[in-house]
Parts: sequence; C-alpha cells; structure tokens
Amino acid sequence: MSMTKLPGWRELPEGAVVRDVGNTETIDVSGWRVFKPVIIDEKCTRCRLCWIYCPDGAILEVVDEKARMGKRYEVDYMHCKGCGICWRECPVNAIEWVPEER
Amino acid sequence: MPRLALTTNYAVAHAAKDSDVDVVAAYPITPSTPAAEKLAEFVANGEMDAEYIHVESEHSAASALVGASATGARAFTVTASQGLIYMSEVLYIASGLRLPMVLGVASRALSAPLSIWGDMHDIASLRDAGLMIYFVSSAQEAYDTVIQAFKVAEDPRVHLPAIVDYDGFVLSHVTEPVETIEREEVLKYIPKSITWNVLNPKKPISIGTVGDPDYYYEFKYQQQVAMENALKVAEEADREFERMFGRGYGIIEPYRMDDAEIAMIAYGAHAGTARVAVDKAREKGIKVGLVRLRLWRPFPSEQLKKLLEGISVVGVLDRAMALGGPLQGPVALDVGTLIATRMPDVRLVSFTIGIGQRDVRVEDLVRVAEMLDEISKGKEIPMKTIPIGLRE
Ligand code: SF4
Ligand code: SF4
Repeated sequence: MSMTKLPGWRELPEGAVVRDVGNTETIDVSGWRVFKPVIIDEKCTRCRLCWIYCPDGAILEVVDEKARMGKRYEVDYMHCKGCGICWRECPVNAIEWVPEER
Repeated sequence: MPRLALTTNYAVAHAAKDSDVDVVAAYPITPSTPAAEKLAEFVANGEMDAEYIHVESEHSAASALVGASATGARAFTVTASQGLIYMSEVLYIASGLRLPMVLGVASRALSAPLSIWGDMHDIASLRDAGLMIYFVSSAQEAYDTVIQAFKVAEDPRVHLPAIVDYDGFVLSHVTEPVETIEREEVLKYIPKSITWNVLNPKKPISIGTVGDPDYYYEFKYQQQVAMENALKVAEEADREFERMFGRGYGIIEPYRMDDAEIAMIAYGAHAGTARVAVDKAREKGIKVGLVRLRLWRPFPSEQLKKLLEGISVVGVLDRAMALGGPLQGPVALDVGTLIATRMPDVRLVSFTIGIGQRDVRVEDLVRVAEMLDEISKGKEIPMKTIPIGLRE
C-alpha cells in the first residue's frame, strides 16, 4: 500500500478508465524485479531479438558511433519488470540474469 | 402508435428496433431464440439500421456488446438460461466498465437435469453482478421496459447495463396486443447522447485497466452508488414514459394493498396469477394484497417498506431456489433483510413456485393466502421455505 494520499472514490474516473494515456512512462516498475537482465556488450551480435521480444519496451537501442556496428543495447531499468524474456530469447547468451540486491 | 399482436419475444425485438439500437450480437437459445431471429430479420430487411454480429457463443455475444458500447453504440442482446450464465463473466465486466447496454432475458431453468422450461434460476445467478434487473409481467410491459431500460442505463448518474427479464414460454411465447411507438417518438424519450467513457482515437483513453489493492475498492463502491442512483432514475424514467406515452408501472406495483392485513410479493408472469388469487381470497374474506416487484436490482427497499406498513405477514413467491441458503427464495432473502433491519414486526414466509415450469394454479396461490391468514391468526410460522406444487 502506498503511503501518499490517494484519491477518494468521488475523485476517481468512472469505470477505472485512464485518461492520461501514455502514463506508463512515468511509472517505475523496478520494484517488481527479483532478477535483472544485464547485457554483456562484448557477446552481443546486435540481432535485436531482445528489443523485439521485450513486452515493455525496456530494451533500448542506443545509436553510438563509437560502438561496434554503430549501436548497442541497454536495459531501461525503470521500466524493466524482470520477466526474463530477453534473457531467454538472446540466441548467444549475451544477457545474464542477476539477482537483485537492495 | 401501431397496435400489433406480438409474443413477448417479438415485443422485445420491436422495442430494440424502435429504440434505434446500433449493434445486436446474439446467439440463439431457447426460449429467447425467436427474439434473436426477429432482430436478424429486421436488420436483413433494412427495417433496422444496426450491425448484427453473428457470434459463436453467448460469451462472445456479451463481449461484442462490451466492444460496441465502448465505442458509444446503443447495444442489445437476448438470451436465456445457460446462455446467460455463460455471459456472466463478461457481464460483470460490462458493469465494472460502466457500459450501458440492455439484455432481454427469457428466463429458463438451469441444467441439470436439462430443462428448456421456464423458471428464474438463470437471472437469480446474476443478482450481484452489477446489472439492473427488471421483471415484467406482459408483452406490453416488456416492450415499454426495454425502452425505459435504455433511458436508465444511459443516464449519466447510472451508466450500468440493464436486464429486462420475462418468463420463458409463459411470457416469451404468448401473443398479446402491444401498442408500439414510432421510432421518432421513442427517440424523443431516449435521444442518442453518449455520456459514458468511449474509445475515440481523437481523445484516447485506456479501458479495462488493473485495479490494484489501492484502487479496486473505490471502483466497486462507485458501482454501488450508481445502483443507488438507478433506483431514483428508474422511477423518473417511468414517470416520464407515462407522461409521453400514457403507460406507467412504477418500480413496484401494489394491488389491493390499501386495506390489506397480509400480503404476497410476486414478480414476472405469476404476479398476474397472484392477482386473480388475491381476488378469490378476498371473496373468502381474507384481507390479502399483492405487491409486484418490477425492479429487483437495485432493490426498492424504501418503496417496499412503505407498502408493507401495517402488514402482519408477508409471503414471497419465488421462482428460483437459492440452494442451501437460510431460505430458498432469492427475493425472500432480500425481503427478509428489509424486515430484519427495518420492520421487525412483519413476519416473513418464503414460498417457491413454478420451478422448472411446474404449473402454478390460481388455487395454489389462494392456498398461499389462506396459509398467510392462518399465520396472522397465530399459527406457528414455518422456518423453512414452503415448496408449492412439489410432490411428496
Ligand atoms: S526482463 Fe523482461 S521487461 Fe526486462 S528488459 Fe528483459 S524482456 Fe524487458
Ligand atoms: S538478443 Fe542478445 S545478441 Fe541479440 S541484441 Fe539482444 S543482447 Fe544482443
């Protein structure tokens, strides 16, 4: 349960609709994770499968001239929920599955 | 106002046509099938400017209506029995999403044993789903109530789905004269105006969201408030209907209650039988009256309390069995709650009638009046529901 003051039933929109669409971006889901994906850039072949499979768009494709093939992949840890799909899908085991320690 | 000879199934289909329904999604099931067929015929003949979605099940029919209503369409379906309970998962959602839509239900028993015949086990199973539930007693009332139900469901104070329930066969397949109303006139009563939250690419919203423990409770409470509002809105809608079209019913209808000492509560087609039984019992000197329940959800507690003022014994005639409950009559349980909390001097007797379409004869209900009379004169009150017409 959150500690901040939440809106009462009169203030909430009917039918639990969300009017400020796109608000997912502002929501930090890092607390859901038990494990986190860590990309080992040296092993990564830039196949893009993790970027495609991540259900939350939490794999970022970063354009970087200094990087091999001009780009690299990073995890957006605020929006990564720790589902492990990227780790399962990476064909060259370039993603490690590391326990979260808080 | 064209006067037509219609079964209640057809009356309900006509009401949907005259309400200018935009989307129908229906899957045929006895005894509501003729209504679904009539609607298909109206659409095919161009008499009704609606999308008729052919679905593979009632679950899909209800889902299609959710989608239709979420785009702002006026949505309608008909079903019964297994079809209604198959819809039930989606109907809870329609209510939670606060989408107005109207369902005609030709009430029928639930399997097993398999029964295609009428009773109200199907509708009783949806008591707490967050849908308004009307019971009607004639083809005319079914026609009028579908139109009224759209008015209440679409009201900004309500925004809930509504069921118009009519007894399978006893009403669904019986032909009666019905005064229909021209569509333009109906639309003056229920103009198309989308006041609920709808999907619109120009003003995007998300629907069907998650309610975590911080939020779920508040949204359920909003539904309860909408139900409470629906009571008043349903009364207003009925009065306005009467002003415009000359027919009104109230949400609860008294018959010979003015000087009554004991009362029966009935709903649906058998309220008509009970009316005749009241007259017969009166001839025998029993001062009995009848209250016909037209709206079950929301439950008209205040209105019922007022009518039962001064009554010593009330008998509730239920057409379904709440198995294993403290009493078997689902409406008796509600009336019992009202009595226990608000009118402790009234005594309640629960009866079941017409289960699986067991015949309900006038004599049976005269006998009910006699039993209530005996209890009012000091006879021991039975602690159990009395099954009328059951073989020992
Ligand atoms: S663990 Fe799941 S959410 Fe996180 S980056 Fe991988 S696929 Fe995306
Ligand atoms: S799936 Fe593996 S190899 Fe492919 S881009 Fe992602 S980290 Fe690199």
